[in-house]
Amino acid sequence: MKIYLKIWRQKDASSKGKMVDYTVEGIEGDMSFLEMLDILNEELISQGEEPIEFDHDCREGICGTCSLQINGRPHGPDTRITACQLHMRSFKDGDTITIEPFRAKAFPVVKDLIIDRSAFDRIQQAGGYISVNTSGNTVDANAIPIEKDKADHSFNAATCIGCGACVAACKNASAMLFTSAKVSQFALLPQGRVEAADRVLNMVRQMDIEGFGNCTNTGACEVECPKGISLENIARMNREYLSASIKG
Amino acid sequence: MSKIIQSSIARKVVMALSGIFLVLFLALHFTINFTSVVSPDTFNELSHFMGYNFIVQFIMQPILIAGVVIHFVMGFVLEIQNNRARGVKYVQYKGSANAPWVSRNMIISGAVILAFLGLHFYDFWIHEMAYKYIEANPEDPTRYYAETVEKFAPFWRTLLYVLSFGLLSLHLWHGFASSFQTMGVNNKYTPSIVNFTKIYAVAIPLGFAFIAIYHHFNPIIH
Amino acid sequence: MGILDSKVPKGPLAEKWTKHKNEINLVNPANKRNIDVIVVGTGLAGGSAAATLAELGYNVKTFCYQDSPRRAHSIAAQGGVNASKNYQGDGDSDYRLFYDTIKGGDYRSREANVYRLAEVSGNIIDQCVAQGVPFAREYGGLLDNRSFGGVLVSRTFYAKGQTGQQLLLGAYAAMNRQIHRGKIKSFTRHEMLDLVVIDGKARGIIARDLVTGEIERHSAHAVVIASGGYGNLFFLSTYCMGANVMAAWRTHRRGAFFANPCFTQIHPTCIPVSGEHQSKLTLMSESLRNDGRIWVPKKLEDAKAIREGKLKPTELAEEDRDYYLERRYPAFGNLVPRDVASRAAKERCDAGYGVNKTGEAVYLDFASAIKRYGTEKAYTSGIQDPDEDTVRRLGEEVIEAKYGNLFQMYEKIVDQNPYKTPMMIYPAVHYTMGGLWVDYNLMTTIPGCYSIGESNFSDHGANRLGASALMQGLADGYFVLPYTIGDYLSKDIRTGKIPTDSPEFDKAEKDVRDRLEKLMSGKGKHSVDYYHKKLGKIMWDKCGMSRNEKGLKEAMKEIAELRKDFWENVKVPGSADSKNQELEKAGRVADFLEIGELFAKDALDRNESCGGHFREEYQTPEGEALRDDKNYKYVAAWEYKGEPKDAKLHKEELVYENIELKTRSYK
Repeated sequence: MKIYLKIWRQKDASSKGKMVDYTVEGIEGDMSFLEMLDILNEELISQGEEPIEFDHDCREGICGTCSLQINGRPHGPDTRITACQLHMRSFKDGDTITIEPFRAKAFPVVKDLIIDRSAFDRIQQAGGYISVNTSGNTVDANAIPIEKDKADHSFNAATCIGCGACVAACKNASAMLFTSAKVSQFALLPQGRVEAADRVLNMVRQMDIEGFGNCTNTGACEVECPKGISLENIARMNREYLSASIKG
Repeated sequence: MSKIIQSSIARKVVMALSGIFLVLFLALHFTINFTSVVSPDTFNELSHFMGYNFIVQFIMQPILIAGVVIHFVMGFVLEIQNNRARGVKYVQYKGSANAPWVSRNMIISGAVILAFLGLHFYDFWIHEMAYKYIEANPEDPTRYYAETVEKFAPFWRTLLYVLSFGLLSLHLWHGFASSFQTMGVNNKYTPSIVNFTKIYAVAIPLGFAFIAIYHHFNPIIH
Repeated sequence: MGILDSKVPKGPLAEKWTKHKNEINLVNPANKRNIDVIVVGTGLAGGSAAATLAELGYNVKTFCYQDSPRRAHSIAAQGGVNASKNYQGDGDSDYRLFYDTIKGGDYRSREANVYRLAEVSGNIIDQCVAQGVPFAREYGGLLDNRSFGGVLVSRTFYAKGQTGQQLLLGAYAAMNRQIHRGKIKSFTRHEMLDLVVIDGKARGIIARDLVTGEIERHSAHAVVIASGGYGNLFFLSTYCMGANVMAAWRTHRRGAFFANPCFTQIHPTCIPVSGEHQSKLTLMSESLRNDGRIWVPKKLEDAKAIREGKLKPTELAEEDRDYYLERRYPAFGNLVPRDVASRAAKERCDAGYGVNKTGEAVYLDFASAIKRYGTEKAYTSGIQDPDEDTVRRLGEEVIEAKYGNLFQMYEKIVDQNPYKTPMMIYPAVHYTMGGLWVDYNLMTTIPGCYSIGESNFSDHGANRLGASALMQGLADGYFVLPYTIGDYLSKDIRTGKIPTDSPEFDKAEKDVRDRLEKLMSGKGKHSVDYYHKKLGKIMWDKCGMSRNEKGLKEAMKEIAELRKDFWENVKVPGSADSKNQELEKAGRVADFLEIGELFAKDALDRNESCGGHFREEYQTPEGEALRDDKNYKYVAAWEYKGEPKDAKLHKEELVYENIELKTRSYK
């Protein structure tokens, strides 16, 4: 296959970026999307040009490092996958593919397609944990039974890989799905209930400080989330937040 | 107000609550209007009551206006903030792939409705205010039906009303159910809420449009 | 004892750890505030250690090359974490977990360390539950367990197929709490490029800010290396793309001994390579072997026809298939341990029976399981004489319920429906048991420099059992290191802040800068990946699933030549003072080119077959591994002496006082 690419190039955080056209040939359907970029980069290096920098690590859809907006959608045209799990068989010979970094004011570009998602880290630092010491002197793991249904919902919320596709897809660049997934994971467990009120207030405050947009319930985040995190989590966070605010 | 605007969730809740309030008001408004098709006398009676009752005029009407203003102002504030949150814009953004048009364009349907409200206020509310308080005309409990029907005589006004009701329908289609999600309601009843929203979002604007068209084609013959 | 003192406490096995904890020195809380610790790597081991050290009161700095600590590759572990909780009441105990781990490691690990691991394993589960890790539960609300290869009890705790992720997020959350308190300073997108040793003690590191390219000096009273394994030297592996040996190797070059580098685990069920472009391999859970039957065609011409696409596997008659594991190992069949299954697949493919276009794949067939489950299901649903389609449909439903997500993942990658046509699998590198030599306190041979998790060598011997890596990482980080490091740091309470303007820091920084400059100055035309792929091929062909003297000697020579070529010619575009992924890769590959040679040397030295190390010269007439306990019951710890081929061997004799050495047999 021959593929035409339009890729965002930006030297560093303070430079202005632009879209640059590239062409790659000899692409096979079995290649992953990132392997296609590897081939392009090898070519660029052999021509003495600087390769395109993009974030990636596990290449099996679990680390959440990929951050590519492909043809206007986070992680590309397929659903429930990350960019590294996208294969070139989803495209056809002669296609033009536009590749941009995930865009949000809170996710500034570091270089080319690489973005800075430390805003997510700071949201978690504001309260995305249960305050127990790791001494090992806690109660026995089976001392508190947890309803299977709640444990399963908690797990489903916990599967968030922190990639930021929710923010990238949202027309408002809102981080509600990400934040609510963490809030939900703990709110559903008896261990996490203890400080649930403080947690939700602190995490939402940090989320707002970071400059993410407001949720308008379009549901784009849920559709694009590679792990299928549900909008139910946002509703749960809203509930938690309201009750925490009212209790003061 | 400034404290509320500081929290994104609180801002959403303000939108949701004012929205639900306006949805309820629409139902009331529609019910009264609909009587104009069925029974002009009832319509006159109800209109007169609404126009001269102290509680309606001096307590509920200001609340309603506040609701409208809050909903619109907050809507625009959110839109500006949300726009800024993107930073650099995408070269290609395929919003249609993951969210319906109506949910992404509440600002457009909202702005059209706002423009419509301008016309609507000019047509009825300002007229009423002038009639009652500026010109200080005497009470006339039978004037409303004729005045209403008269308004829909021009084709352009009927058309504008009908178009606006179309946009209102789109606005309600997303907004009504969405306000429940914002208030934290997302459970086994959600599919029913969504279905009710769809029925409501079609039925109410359709009803309003019907009334407008009905009066346009059934003028009072003098 | 010689120069290697394992510092294993005296006394009965089960009492060693408690006794040791009671006897070692502690640092009082006020003094902890004056002590700095650097942790390199933020996976399960590094993340949990950093959080715990910060809770205790030390000032911690963490370093990771990823953009967030949460992305460390511990996140990719699927199956679960072992713990001897005995919640199932099936006879599990600390001793049994200890015994299984030693045996699974083919008797090449240290008894005292492994027993301690088993002892603290239960605490891991308590701790993680308290932190909000959502483990799988039964309807009664209690924790669920599953069984894993190589053991006779159900002791594996899991969170669907994402146990590693959930545990890592637990450690990351604990870290976040300390970052929020200001007790951890987290340096992301930072890479450790060298260890600074002052007066024989580890006193800091030189790191590069990967965004700005700036070279930074960080001092501390102790340095903890938790940087994972070095499997990426094979180029293709199930490791993440960035996994590297730099931190561990730089530490080795500064004096830490490197133990058993040739002990590498090659996992039998991975998705095969599809072509030259391949950048990474994906693991399919070992659990698939419970229901899948592994086979290749019996006739070479059939294998050829399949490779050319002229024949479909489903068209091949039963009698033309070779279920080679069932043939060779009738007792264990498809459930032989990982190393045995991997070697058998390689043997068939080398003989020309491979089934994909590269000739390096075997079938994992669920047809008979589908039929068996379908018939059963039809029977229990009251369907008399079900037709073939009904059986198939019902069978596929059962398989989907058990392995649905794995089948879906396979279909996404390979674009074939594994319900209809057999899966193709091939072994891939996925864990290194070898690593920095550490004593019982997890300290390397450099005082003040510790190594935990996969980056050390201590607990898995020559082969790791499933679900034990997560256990070891968290045990080291949460429950072992935070105690043992206090013993060392108790002598440092009066030292005060370590200055970073000493000659040792100057020298280390200069070394780093020279090295970067050299990497940038290559004049040739080949990229870093070109060399990495070449190295990977040498490793895979000559130091892979089976090794022999000739191949290993060739490998050492070829790697040394490749390394020379690399340093002269590698082409790194861009500059060293900005974000430069090629430069990052170049630094990592440079170290792989050194450890690769030591790897081969170690494999050459070990004239026996054990666990993941299979020497063709040392096998039984039936082709099984032949261990030599008389001569090789030792840990090979290598001291850096310049070129890897000159590394000096130090032996730590392994003493088995509580376990009788036996030969593993799966016939």
